[in-house]
Amino acid sequence: MDLDDQSLIMRAAEEHGKEQLVVVLGQPDPDSAELAAETVHNGDPTYAGPLAGVSLGLPVYHILEDEIQAQVDPAKYEAEIGPMTLTLDKEKIREGLDRVRAAGA
Amino acid sequence: MELKGKKVIALGERDGVPGTAIAELVKTAGADVVLTLTQCYV
Repeated sequence: MDLDDQSLIMRAAEEHGKEQLVVVLGQPDPDSAELAAETVHNGDPTYAGPLAGVSLGLPVYHILEDEIQAQVDPAKYEAEIGPMTLTLDKEKIREGLDRVRAAGA
Repeated sequence: MELKGKKVIALGERDGVPGTAIAELVKTAGADVVLTLTQCYV
């Protein structure tokens, strides 16, 4: 993950408090989604950025996950995400995020 | 996990779902978006 983005996420966690924060991802494939989730949940696994060794423990979900989809406006979801659901591997993405969530639990 | 009342970091990607689209969607669930990012790998 971009080092500047890591700084911004770290600052947001400091400003708003980790308790009320949730990260919602939009990565196109399971590997990049898992890497982003790992970074915001357990720290930067590449040890290159400000989140290296920083376990923010933020709850992390992907916009494709049922738990998120069920809460947003269906018409807007269809307009923004609809075509993506045909090409993105929702189940593999969820499995990757489940691994991160389980590891950090 | 209920989004309503939560503060959300929308971390999208240009080749997937952009952060702006995630932000617009979670707002409809009552979440407060505090940071919107769209990663780009080229």
